[in-house]
Amino acid sequence: MEPKEIAELIQERYPEEVKGIKEFRGQFSVTVKKDRIKEILQYLHETPDLYFDHPQDLCGVDYLGKKEPRFEVVYHLYSIRHKHMIRIKAEVPEDDCSIDSVTDIWAGANWHERECFDLFGITFKGHPDHRRILLPEDWDGHPLRKDYPLKSDLGDRDWKQYKEVVELAKKNKQYEVK
Amino acid sequence: MAAETKELKTKELTISMGPQHPATHGVLRVVLDLDGESVVKCTPYVGYLHRGVEKLAENRTYLSALPLTDRLDYISSMSNNIGYCVAVERLLGIEPPERAKYIRTIMGELTRISSHIIGVATHALDIGAMTLFLYSFRDREDIMDLFEMTCGARLTVSYPRIGGVRNDVSQEFIDKVYKFADELPKKIVDEYETLIDQNRIWFQRTKGIGVISAEDAVNWGLTGPTLRGSGVPYDVRKYAPYDAYDKVEFDVPVGKAGDVYDRYKCRMEELKQSARIIKQCVEQMPTGPIMAPDASKFTLPPKDMVLKDMESLIRQFVLITKGPIASPEGEIYAATEVPKGELGFYIISDGSGRPYRMRLRAPSFVHVSVLPTLCEGALIADVIANIGTIDIVLGECDR
Repeated sequence: MEPKEIAELIQERYPEEVKGIKEFRGQFSVTVKKDRIKEILQYLHETPDLYFDHPQDLCGVDYLGKKEPRFEVVYHLYSIRHKHMIRIKAEVPEDDCSIDSVTDIWAGANWHERECFDLFGITFKGHPDHRRILLPEDWDGHPLRKDYPLKSDLGDRDWKQYKEVVELAKKNKQYEVK
Repeated sequence: MAAETKELKTKELTISMGPQHPATHGVLRVVLDLDGESVVKCTPYVGYLHRGVEKLAENRTYLSALPLTDRLDYISSMSNNIGYCVAVERLLGIEPPERAKYIRTIMGELTRISSHIIGVATHALDIGAMTLFLYSFRDREDIMDLFEMTCGARLTVSYPRIGGVRNDVSQEFIDKVYKFADELPKKIVDEYETLIDQNRIWFQRTKGIGVISAEDAVNWGLTGPTLRGSGVPYDVRKYAPYDAYDKVEFDVPVGKAGDVYDRYKCRMEELKQSARIIKQCVEQMPTGPIMAPDASKFTLPPKDMVLKDMESLIRQFVLITKGPIASPEGEIYAATEVPKGELGFYIISDGSGRPYRMRLRAPSFVHVSVLPTLCEGALIADVIANIGTIDIVLGECDR
């Protein structure tokens, strides 16, 4: 199926959920509200004509100061049987920073969702193993948010364990062989 | 005696394998809950190599984000560069010239050969077949020499550019690469396959181990030889061709059982197919430019032109001093088939000349996530075989 047809099909079926369809260089993205995202994705996965069986990618995007709501969770879906692809974008506001997990539709979404939580702070409701993945568990903040500094002296906000190592190094300096 | 044995108590043992362990192919830590010798629970921990590549790329121009991609999968850096360039080209609407496409295809396949032989060799080394490892580094050396001849670098090449490649290849390179591709299939059969494909220990360690069904493999989002070993012929080079892959003939080898042996077999067959692609590319190689004319806005001009030509000098000066150049607004997801699987770049452009968001879909990250499914219920020795078979590089996994 052509991506345009798929986008229109989603709009036809969920007219209240779809907020817009955009095309850029032949790729279609459908922006939806987050409340019924799982239902929409389930539909895309199970309808025989669509059959999006391959979870290509799942990631978050932060539009701080550019757009409201602030966050988006982007799903790239591919069907190996039909060789077509679609991009679904779910809007997530900052004050209710959570969305339904889709791990029971695609097992492969598990780690992508964990990463999205780790780097953006978006919680996934119903996720079986909701922990940080790339950063240490006691890390403060979510680095891929646009208001997180790229490079700066964090001072007191430095990672706790790093501060401990620095303290220890200072303490042990007295035993240095001169 | 019998009464004494009854009183022996057993309990589950938790061991931490890695992050510094020779068989984890980098800094991967796997926590294993063991009942005797069988694995009850397997929990991988990643992130030791997290460098924030996605965050760094947001603050760089499209040109200067290229070297970041070298450091993802550091044993196949050329493929990552190509993947990044393909993505940015699609975003900017640039079409590289034919010759550049063929050169990139050759480079991509050379990288695939080098990555697969290293992957299979380290996998075999972990299981106990050491000779293969020594052969593989001999052949990899040839590929490294070919890279060095073209762009001066061996490991982190940064050779492809947005809209083409950095410099043209010499006739000497063409001759050598053809000779290499011509000899490779014989080497694979005579040296690699005779060593382990008739070896009973190898069979026992790989056949029926780490089985994943085709349906599960797709559901987990696996790609590359790890998916094709289960019998799904999904290959980005066939499904959504880029560069010159639509102009060459090659087969996509698939397995049946979805076990460690079939995945190994897929990689071995792919080596032969890669050699076939390289030979066709050399035969069909057209002459002409190596850089798209409309890419000049984004890519530095060749160094010899800068020294000779006023226009190029101005262009280089403007590119370095004036900062980013306006790019079209939009978003693109572009996937390429790197040796490990599907490498996807999702780039959002806000028109500023810097990627607003650059998401990397790394195959190794997805492949590590399937490790618990492969290992749970198996023996502890099979964990080693499973880590080898998914062929991971942690630089790419942690980004």
